[in-house]
Amino acid sequence: MKRYVIVGASIAAVSCVEGIRSVDPEGEIVLVTAEAHANYGRPLISYYLAGKTDIPRMSWRGADFFEKNRARLLLKTRAEKIDAQEKRVFLSNGETLSYDALCVCAGSYPFAPPFEGIESVGRRFSFTTLQDALALEETVTGTSRVLIVGAGFIGLKCAEGLRDRAGSVMVCDLAPHAMSANLDPDASGILERHLESNGITLALGDTVERFEGGTAHMKSGREIAFDVLVTAIGVRPNTALLKDAGAEVNRGVCVSERLETSLPGVFAAGDCTETTDVSAGASGVLAVLPNAALQGHAAGVNMAGGDERFDKGIKMNSIGFFGLHIMSAGTYTEPVLEEVTDRTSKKLYAAGGVLTGFILVGDVRRAGIYTSLIRERTPLDQIDFEAVKREPSLLPFGREIRKKKLGGVV
Amino acid sequence: MKRVYVNEEWCLGCHLCEYNCAFANSGGPDMARALRGKEIRPRIRVEGDGDAITYAVSCRHCTDPLCIRGCISGALHKVDGVVCIDHEKCVGCLTCVLLCPYGAVQPGEDGAAMKCELCLANSCGAPACAAGCPNRAIVYEERGEARA
Ligand SMILES: Cc1cc2nc3c(=O)[nH]c(=O)nc-3n(C[C@H](O)[C@H](O)[C@H](O)COP(=O)(O)OP(=O)(O)OC[C@H]3O[C@@H](n4cnc5c(N)ncnc54)[C@H](O)[C@@H]3O)c2cc1C
Ligand code: SF4
Ligand code: SF4
Repeated sequence: MKRYVIVGASIAAVSCVEGIRSVDPEGEIVLVTAEAHANYGRPLISYYLAGKTDIPRMSWRGADFFEKNRARLLLKTRAEKIDAQEKRVFLSNGETLSYDALCVCAGSYPFAPPFEGIESVGRRFSFTTLQDALALEETVTGTSRVLIVGAGFIGLKCAEGLRDRAGSVMVCDLAPHAMSANLDPDASGILERHLESNGITLALGDTVERFEGGTAHMKSGREIAFDVLVTAIGVRPNTALLKDAGAEVNRGVCVSERLETSLPGVFAAGDCTETTDVSAGASGVLAVLPNAALQGHAAGVNMAGGDERFDKGIKMNSIGFFGLHIMSAGTYTEPVLEEVTDRTSKKLYAAGGVLTGFILVGDVRRAGIYTSLIRERTPLDQIDFEAVKREPSLLPFGREIRKKKLGGVV
Repeated sequence: MKRVYVNEEWCLGCHLCEYNCAFANSGGPDMARALRGKEIRPRIRVEGDGDAITYAVSCRHCTDPLCIRGCISGALHKVDGVVCIDHEKCVGCLTCVLLCPYGAVQPGEDGAAMKCELCLANSCGAPACAAGCPNRAIVYEERGEARA
């Protein structure tokens, strides 16, 4: 009987269990996570704060998942060291686990530059775990002035989640635009106006120089008084465990299409890895939930002796703020369509005869057709691209392909 | 399993399937009352070039659905092969819309996503679109399985 060990018990790890079990119903599976909670939709923590979900409903694959899949779960336990030679993992509880196949699904950690005076701030939080959300729930009251540093999607989701709980919510970022890592200035502009009309105060192009208790001294000279601080500058892949074990690591852990690391019998999946972004033709950290799930599943299948590839990876994200939907995907090369109104924006990008990216705000209907064109690298001269540019539908694919899609099993 | 399949060459473009779908999922007993004067939100959609080509698109109940893998809440799941949404769990992020290669998921009225669930859980018990199609351009039948 094979012995599988998985580090982490989140999206990639749970998908890894699904992958293993699709091939090997027998093998022994152990998961180890540092968190007190496992198998929850991490992006739901802002919805939790907004009262739109609760802990039972946040369970990603159901409360009985580990039991049903005969997997042992160790909560609040860290994997501290991997001995790849002897195929063993050393845990913080003193246990040593030996494995035939190991998958590291360690995700990412919140990164914050060392702000001067940060230790003088009494109530400061990051926003990446359910524990963070529970702590904010406890500390934020109707009179709290919340300052969030970082206007990326995590910081802004936190702002949305806290709006109705807090007295006020302000988000600052050195970048001149909201979600500048994902969006173009037109899309950001619509988002910024929408956030402000929904009661979020933005301070863009400005960030904290130093903290002094409950005061943030900004680069611009402005002083902002706050009661609760959330830092959401960004996240970085958790690579240390594998790096120390001797695996090849770049920004993320380097893995093949089969999710193998450079160490025999050791796989990695999810936010801690870097994989080929087919829209860029380059390697990158594609840290979003769908990729973590797809990678985790493929890793599990391969650990159990099957063959599944992760070879269509792109960055992609669908997110909503106070009812405004925003989607982005791929790489923003040459714009081939730009349609901007007050409240909607649609941009498509293509290069080398294939669609490489898009940014949609407001009208996001059937965007998956665009996503699929990017992931499949569909040659645009084989479809009626002018028609699909105007509106995503199956029309531009022609009758033969439609027959396969709508008349066959996919 | 049985799925909804489309015979494009027989589609008349009458949009009856859209009405039958919206009615079947309205929960009400009376079609006129359920739909009259309202913008209908069917889970099947007739597409085409507005002229010679028309065909209906609904969820393919994929063998290995991208929407289920990528759903951030775990609301999307399979029940005996049928891809369903748990409206209690869905938070309306529309990641499933971003992922579905067929454009078969839409935002629903309750803020949750909405898609074809083959009418198995509503009062029809079998796809209303297929049952009501006048030209058998939509059928509900067994056409084998792909390898997972
Ligand atoms: C607020 C927020 C909103 C988000 N919104 C979206 C969204 O809308 N759409 C989207 O696609 N993505 C979103 N994401 C990103 C998404 O949550 C991640 O891509 C996804 O969770 C990655 O899954 P993972 O399994 O790779 O890693 P993670 O979910 O980060 O899990 C890694 C786990 O490994 C554990 N771990 C790490 N090291 C060790 C160790 N040495 N020993 C034991 N355990 C360890 C960690 O404690 C953690 O539990 C959001 C993220 C956040 C924080
Ligand atoms: S919604 Fe789309 S991806 Fe999901 S099963 Fe249906 S056709 Fe497949
Ligand atoms: S909209 Fe609902 S069903 Fe779709 S991905 Fe988001 S949570 Fe899942």
